[in-house]
Amino acid sequence: MKLLIVLPILIPFATAIASLFVRRWILAQRILGVAGAAGLLGAALALLKMVEGDGIQAVQIGNWPAPYGITLVADLFGAIMVTLAGLMGFAVAVYSLASMDAQREKFGYYSLLHIMLMGVCGAFLTGDLFNLYVWFEVLLISSFVLMALGGERAQIEGALKYVTLNLISSALFLAGIGILYGKIGTLNMADLAYKLSLEPQSNLINSSAMLFLIAFGIKAAIFPLFFWLPDSYHTPPVAVSAIFAGLLTKVGVYVMIRAFTLFFVQDVGFTHTLILVLAGLTMVTGVLGAVAQNEMRRLLSFHIISQIGYILMGLGLFRVLALAGAIFFILHVSIVKVALFLVSGVVERLRGTGQLKELGGLYRAYPCLAVLFIIPAMSLAGIPPLSGFFAKLALVKAGLEMEQYAIVITALGVSLLTLFSMIKIWGEVFWKPEPTKSEYIGSEQPQILKKSQILFLSPIVLLAFLAVLFGLAAEPFFTLATRAAEQLLDPSEYIHAVFGGKP
Amino acid sequence: MDTVLAIVIGGLYAAGFYSMLRRSIVKLVIGFILLSNATNLLIFTASGLTRGRPPLVIEGANALAQPHADPLPQALILTAIVIGFGVLAFILVLVHRVYQTIGTDDMDKMKGIDT
Repeated sequence: MKLLIVLPILIPFATAIASLFVRRWILAQRILGVAGAAGLLGAALALLKMVEGDGIQAVQIGNWPAPYGITLVADLFGAIMVTLAGLMGFAVAVYSLASMDAQREKFGYYSLLHIMLMGVCGAFLTGDLFNLYVWFEVLLISSFVLMALGGERAQIEGALKYVTLNLISSALFLAGIGILYGKIGTLNMADLAYKLSLEPQSNLINSSAMLFLIAFGIKAAIFPLFFWLPDSYHTPPVAVSAIFAGLLTKVGVYVMIRAFTLFFVQDVGFTHTLILVLAGLTMVTGVLGAVAQNEMRRLLSFHIISQIGYILMGLGLFRVLALAGAIFFILHVSIVKVALFLVSGVVERLRGTGQLKELGGLYRAYPCLAVLFIIPAMSLAGIPPLSGFFAKLALVKAGLEMEQYAIVITALGVSLLTLFSMIKIWGEVFWKPEPTKSEYIGSEQPQILKKSQILFLSPIVLLAFLAVLFGLAAEPFFTLATRAAEQLLDPSEYIHAVFGGKP
Repeated sequence: MDTVLAIVIGGLYAAGFYSMLRRSIVKLVIGFILLSNATNLLIFTASGLTRGRPPLVIEGANALAQPHADPLPQALILTAIVIGFGVLAFILVLVHRVYQTIGTDDMDKMKGIDT
């Protein structure tokens, strides 16, 4: 069943090509878009089940033996992330049916979405650093086009910042790869881990490690490098914002976790302490930025940054419980974040604006929507029994066990501020009475969405249900995350799988 | 030779970042070109220069004679050049579009999304 490892890359690829063939026929594109995403989700679940049952799987592309050819590896962490990509892709594809305008659909929105999903899955599955760079370029270039598609003024400005910062980050990543190859003479991740464990030479490796940290720090939007994110993520259509928020920064975090558990583990005292400090600063700056915002999607964009801090905290603490917490947190935050962005899209569609002061009275008008907002919002803040509570509990517990009190206090304080800004959205958008129309004549008439209501709401319902499920039945998911973390901290199984048992 | 290339790479990086920090978006594109070429040269230099020893097995021999030039970095650079070229094409179109939509190439005037 080696094919299963390749399927999460092949399915979106085939879907993208097929949708290009039916460019002029939007209905076929829509069917293909949703069916492809559902297929990806199915393949990812099958892969996860296989990896969970039989251990880490690897396949050598073109049958070149391990350190020379390109290896695709699916360990539990990778398989979980692929499943997440499938889930996000599916939810957003369904939402796009209702929300995407015909103009963008005609210009190949669905093929771009699937090429991006292909890049994301490829990045999660590859076992080769240079191949990882290629997958990153695949997902970046399609995300550039998705960001700019439509050509509105704000979009173009946002896209320029997004493109520039991401290209700098790619150049630094490539430089890091070049230096690493010069020192070690291999780019296969398992081979790197093996060779580095034989001859620790931390001083030489740290320069590459720092280049990786900066390159993926830009992509993941960590503390001093996040400025492009809140300036660009609110500009494209909501469906695009949502998939970016749910997946793209997580790819950066994924690579950081992979690199700093598999091969950059020579000088944990230096690198992982640095990551821990950056994690704390990321949380604080992100949430403070969010508190100052007055527009729904900008506010949510800042929250992406502060949540990245929690994931990095798990990596910085560097033990099984903390990493399990981080993996659980990635699952939780992607689901919750996409749900919140989709709700904000519905609100913008209903009221024609995302400015908090121009909104209000939505609880009275649409109580169901209010419920769909409050579940992910409370989950993001970490209120039990929702998913965020258990993710944060694991991280805090690990922090206390390691006596890293500073980061624990930061994490708890930031949770409180998260709650504050979620309550702010709740109060402004849903609770307070609707401002009288005469003040804001400029705002558009609300668009009635009776016909497409079910398409708008069903992905949000699905994600909100998952947020509750992850909270109420956290145990099996947490066991899975713990096993994934154990695999990460003990690279021997990974190396063994890639080399088929040779070294 | 390594030293000369190292200085060239440093110069290219400096020039690239300097151009990117200018306000004009056309210079942003030039900066990007310099940056990607600097990175390609860096891969080439970091993985070791071997002159006049192509990685070809001589007629009659069974294995490569040591030392020989490592072909892998050149394959990596080739891929990186192709990717860089594609990205460059996109960024040129984007910059053209920015100029059409906003009517300026001065980044200080692009404040439409700042609050």
